[in-house]
Amino acid sequence: MHKIARELVVNHVKDMIIESTKTLDKSIVDSLFLAKDQEENPLAKSVLEKIIKNQEIAKTEDIPLCQDTGIVVCFVEVGRDLHFDYDLRHAINEGVSKGYIEGFLRKSIVSHPLKRVNTQDNTPAVIHFDFISGKQLIIHLAPKGGGSENMSTLKMLSPADGRQGIIDFVLKSIKDAGGKPCPPLIVGVGIGGNFEYVAELAKKAIFRPLSDVSPIMEDRLLEEELLEKINALDVGPMGLGGKTTALAVKVNSAACHIASLPVAVNLQCHSARKSEVILIGTQA
Amino acid sequence: MERKLNTPISDPVRKSLCAGEEVLISGTIYTARDAAHRLMVESIENKQALPFDFEGQIIYYVGPTPAKTGQAIGSCGPTSSYRMDRYSPSLMEKGLKVMIGKGERTEPLREVIQAQEAVYLIAIGGIGALLSKTVVSSEIIAYDELGPEAIRKLSVKDFPAIVAIDSKGQSIFK
Repeated sequence: MHKIARELVVNHVKDMIIESTKTLDKSIVDSLFLAKDQEENPLAKSVLEKIIKNQEIAKTEDIPLCQDTGIVVCFVEVGRDLHFDYDLRHAINEGVSKGYIEGFLRKSIVSHPLKRVNTQDNTPAVIHFDFISGKQLIIHLAPKGGGSENMSTLKMLSPADGRQGIIDFVLKSIKDAGGKPCPPLIVGVGIGGNFEYVAELAKKAIFRPLSDVSPIMEDRLLEEELLEKINALDVGPMGLGGKTTALAVKVNSAACHIASLPVAVNLQCHSARKSEVILIGTQA
Repeated sequence: MERKLNTPISDPVRKSLCAGEEVLISGTIYTARDAAHRLMVESIENKQALPFDFEGQIIYYVGPTPAKTGQAIGSCGPTSSYRMDRYSPSLMEKGLKVMIGKGERTEPLREVIQAQEAVYLIAIGGIGALLSKTVVSSEIIAYDELGPEAIRKLSVKDFPAIVAIDSKGQSIFK
């Protein structure tokens, strides 16, 4: 039996939040530079230059990249050999609370969607648990902005709608969203599963590394075709036109019912903040 | 080359702004987003005083991160404007003529902007660190209880924005 100290979980979550809200991953920065160099629309180029400049200021001057420091989403993989004598969900939320208070981050969570009273520490996080073999605890974490989340979509298509139906729905979602989700985007697409699972697939897709391609051929071809078609929509950075609407498209699929073809589109803004940690349990 | 704008914005200056033009704003701007808009519109409906006089002033849709010691403000980029569309017409009737946010507005709101000869500017979303460098001072003037959504009076120097909908109703968005 293996254990991981509660304090370790709290502190890692806190640190991941503070770090990720101020530092954009190098793969995203490289991708923004490449997009800026290739962009022919002068306004789009100027927007991309400012986005690049912003991440330099955020990193060097320790200022959050964006004022919307998000709702925290965690995908947690729990090793089967681990034993917890504390509530792991509480520990993660304590890390979130400390991160937002000590990191001078914006508290953007209200306790009830209609009462709308701020919880003052950005808790609770949205936490998904899964089991894996071994004694590891892996926490994938993203402070997810509200603007791009608001433009996300889900539709239960018919099997007859097929591949073209999926493409049409994704393109319509991006076109309708325009500048509101803060393009250039990372587009997470879920296909299959059922109503709630397809949304989770889309969310998980935006957690994938920028250079990652799907190991499933159908999904990979969809990723390639969607990226090309999305960037031909002329939405552009902040919706002002140009060919940089998405930096990447990730498609995650799952088995589904014979009657269904669920599709979900989760949008990630250019301030694609995320982090992960792998903690190894020690013999108890 | 960006055009320099100083607040308050006079009627002739406002009406001379064209969609697509890049501007640098210096002077005073006021912050307000969803919750503050709801409260201001409630005040108008109840015939109560507004937190500040809208004449010649600018409202910027933002909820900043908390400032650390030595900072005027934290990260402070724009939030999506469409959520304010149901409130903005009431504010424009009370004299508000310049708004800053991000993203498209609804077609009915564009028509109100044109009828009011108002102007909608956009700042670039997700560059709150860069924009914070243009804020010289910040002071909460209303709705303190709303936290990040409180109304702040900002003093800015060369705050970058783009004219998205001009007083003739021309829009930069396709």
